[in-house]
Amino acid sequence: MKESIQLTNIEVIPGREIVEHYGVVLGSTVRSKHLGRDMMAGLKNLVGGELSGYTELLQESRDEALKRMKSQAKDMGANAIVNVRFSTSSISAGAAEILCYGTAVLVK
Amino acid sequence: MENLIGLGILAALLVIGYFFGRRSELKHYKKIRQQEEKLAYMPVVIGQWKNELDPQQSYELVHGSVVVGSDYFKTFASSIRQIFGGNIASFETLIDRGRREAINRMKLQARALGATKVINMRLETSSIGSNQKGKQGLPSVEVHAYATAVYPPELIS
Repeated sequence: MKESIQLTNIEVIPGREIVEHYGVVLGSTVRSKHLGRDMMAGLKNLVGGELSGYTELLQESRDEALKRMKSQAKDMGANAIVNVRFSTSSISAGAAEILCYGTAVLVK
Repeated sequence: MENLIGLGILAALLVIGYFFGRRSELKHYKKIRQQEEKLAYMPVVIGQWKNELDPQQSYELVHGSVVVGSDYFKTFASSIRQIFGGNIASFETLIDRGRREAINRMKLQARALGATKVINMRLETSSIGSNQKGKQGLPSVEVHAYATAVYPPELIS
């Protein structure tokens, strides 16, 4: 049975007791936008407003980073991750790194 | 003659940017305000309040993000502003829109869980898409809001 991992960005999971800490787990992706999206965004920049192509792109990469973090935690035998944080940094023109990290714990 | 055409194109772009940008900004603000009213029942708390957390409730991470870009007029106005310095009001409203939209999206995700409140919210802003081979690219900003949603546990029969 596939057990899902519970995520919070507070230090505890209320009502449940943390029995073991496994340390830091992290997941990251580096993504670049493709040319079509770039051109659309360029046109959109003329009139302003939300650049939905980029929003989608970043959303996808954030989901991917979360997935990687969760699978790392699962390998350790954890069933929850507390204190999750996100950070974004641009590596070069048109490529961004999405990083998320947290503490893998076992709760019961 | 060529200079004149160039000037004409610039003027046309500025006019397009000004009118369409203004229209889309007003529309966006209207949408944000409507959503904020709809989601006002769900308070956002910054901080953990560890002693006051109800162990009977469920907790889960929620997040929302948005990328907003500036229009041609705003970009032009900001480059003029940067000669003299001071507040760049056109970019202030841009970022304000992004933040409120991101918070709204996060709350929508929380509402899908049936949350009653949202705790320990963090906001993160990053600029993407600038600096393409030295030249200043498209000024756009990404805002990401994340928090922990508090919701009543599903009753397992």
